Amino acid sequence: MKKLSLIAAGVALTAIAAGGAQAQQTLEQVKKRGQVICGVSQSLPGFANPDAQGNWAGFDVEMCRAVSAAIFGDTKRVKFVPTTAKERFTALQSGEVDFLARNTTWTMSRDTQLGFDFVGVNFYDGQGFMVPKKLGVKSALELKGATVCTQTGTTTELNLADFFRSNKMDYKVVAFEKNDEVLAAYDSGRCDVFTTDRSGLAADRTKLKSPNDHVILPEVISKEPLGPLVRHGDANWGDIIRWSFFAMVNAEELGVTSKNVDEMKKSANPEIKRMLGIEGDFGKMIGLDNNWAYNIIKLVGNYGESYERNVGEKTPIGLSRGVNALWTKGGLQYAPPIR
Amino acid sequence: MTTALDAGQKADLPPPAATVGVIGWLRENLFSSWFNALLTLFALWILYLSIPPLIQWALIDAIWTGSEAQDCKLPDGSRKEGACWIYIKAWIGGYAYGLYPYDLRWRVDLAAVLVIVMFAPLAIKRLPYKTVYGVAVILLYPVVAYMMFSGFVEFPPGAPEASTHPWRVVPTDKWGGLALTLLIASVGIIASLPLGILLALGRRSAMPIVSTFSVLFIELWRGVPLITVLFMSSVMLPLFLPEGVNFDKLLRALIGVTLFSAAYMAEVVRGGLQAIPKGQYEAAQALGLNYAKMMALIVLPQALRYVIPSIVNTFIGLFKDTTLVAIIGMFDLLGAIQLGNADPKWLGFAIEGYAFAALLYFVFCFSMSRYSLRLERKLHTGHKKT
Repeated sequence: MKKLSLIAAGVALTAIAAGGAQAQQTLEQVKKRGQVICGVSQSLPGFANPDAQGNWAGFDVEMCRAVSAAIFGDTKRVKFVPTTAKERFTALQSGEVDFLARNTTWTMSRDTQLGFDFVGVNFYDGQGFMVPKKLGVKSALELKGATVCTQTGTTTELNLADFFRSNKMDYKVVAFEKNDEVLAAYDSGRCDVFTTDRSGLAADRTKLKSPNDHVILPEVISKEPLGPLVRHGDANWGDIIRWSFFAMVNAEELGVTSKNVDEMKKSANPEIKRMLGIEGDFGKMIGLDNNWAYNIIKLVGNYGESYERNVGEKTPIGLSRGVNALWTKGGLQYAPPIR
Repeated sequence: MTTALDAGQKADLPPPAATVGVIGWLRENLFSSWFNALLTLFALWILYLSIPPLIQWALIDAIWTGSEAQDCKLPDGSRKEGACWIYIKAWIGGYAYGLYPYDLRWRVDLAAVLVIVMFAPLAIKRLPYKTVYGVAVILLYPVVAYMMFSGFVEFPPGAPEASTHPWRVVPTDKWGGLALTLLIASVGIIASLPLGILLALGRRSAMPIVSTFSVLFIELWRGVPLITVLFMSSVMLPLFLPEGVNFDKLLRALIGVTLFSAAYMAEVVRGGLQAIPKGQYEAAQALGLNYAKMMALIVLPQALRYVIPSIVNTFIGLFKDTTLVAIIGMFDLLGAIQLGNADPKWLGFAIEGYAFAALLYFVFCFSMSRYSLRLERKLHTGHKKT
């Protein structure tokens, strides 16, 4: 036991030492290397998945491209490192990747103990339910006595238990290792309810034999704020990722899109002028070019564009904006001003 | 039957109809007792339950033409009955090459053509200097293949040629698909056999340091699961290395797979060595052969021939174990198929993907086992017990 804890301490120390040596210089390293290294999911439809030609696409992938555009003015200067759920934190700690944009829930232990900084929430996720239409269920509160299909060893299973217990309902769990197995079991009628995070629920619905016979219930039973994260100890680098994201949200709020960004340069609105680098030295404040935000919007697009292109209602993922709408439209996406 | 019969003799009667032909075969092999008859009927029933629906799904109802997921769906979005093979058609390039840059895939093809061209002369029976040529090819080909896969012209990121040059460097993390599976398997197979032979000889050596080392090595690597080896190499190792020193992930996996299967191979070979009678060793020594010659000319050729089935068994196991690299973030054949299953354009066709994976793995493993049978028949020189 003692030996084990010694090894663990050694690992932690090495990680900390690595983090210390890293401090204050990630941006220089990235510039010297000529590309930013971005940790993404191995394959998550709509968020990070390569196509048959081997090109990465997805909502998280575009976050990486936005950072590349902000630093280099070019979306191709990014190397994607696919990481598994188990590998991702080591990859970031050891400096194998510069930051993670990988569907990671912002929690207190990750933000503090593991030594990371979450820079924002680019997707508010939460656990939801899907049931066959023929059950006639309208709300998750009617699910008393139901058999629920879910994945083992995830927070999904715990949230499920909490939800049913706090509502004093009994239920039965049928759990599997892989999401595809869970879905197959649900599709063959082994359980009445399918539960997973809402970001995957709509996509999973299209995988069923006859999607139109199934309905997603309105309740969201957990908080899963997903966002990009960086190592502790290099605040400037964290600022670059944070403001790259905020620039995309601000651009949507101000109505600046990849198509009209060139005309918007002539806009009289001082907020747009500051964002696009016509006025002020905002790029310099984070060690970048003044048209950093212009490059992001021109080459990648604003938050709404990226959302609709990758996971929106017109894509097979089929997610409505919901809580991810701008604060002006009743959602939670709110970015501090560039001022 | 033209030979004349002696008086009082009759021609032989034909065997009873029930013991020859199809009926005789059936009686002897399938219905020889009531228990076997029952088993036969049960097996037929199982086949009846499983085969027709499978054929219906995979061939008759299957969708062969079209180019997008909608072609496999009814207008209301529900799945058509049969297998959607157009998904496999759309993703076949992704399965074969993984994330390898699209415009450079011909380099992988070229490496595949070269392997055939370079190894084909070995099939000629009376090639002069065949052994020399064989060794040369085995040593040379990996270098050639590495050049093809990796390329050799490096550009700084952002340079215009960095995304167009035909021989630009492709880092190993982009290698994938069937090409990666075959690469890991063949490196593992080719490197683990000699290493395993050395370890087996080491374990039987009279020198204490050599034999202790061999025993320790073999037992250590056999004592941990391959998944742990791969996981350690990818998760723990980076934490101990200094910042910025990045050991190539593929290289780490290759070393892990090779050492792991070498430990197993060593035990297989040791089994063969123990089957050689002591008289063979003594005869070799009486001829005045030294250790190396005794092993190379007398003992190993016999020992290895005994254990061909076990060696191929280990190879097939190794081939299938390569799928474990998926857990360290590399996309081998199975990993590439899972990438395809997550493509938003083709959601919901995972069964077709996995069926195709099963078919491919079966084809490769089955050909390996057939090849081993051929090898056994070719090498058997009076040892075969029938």
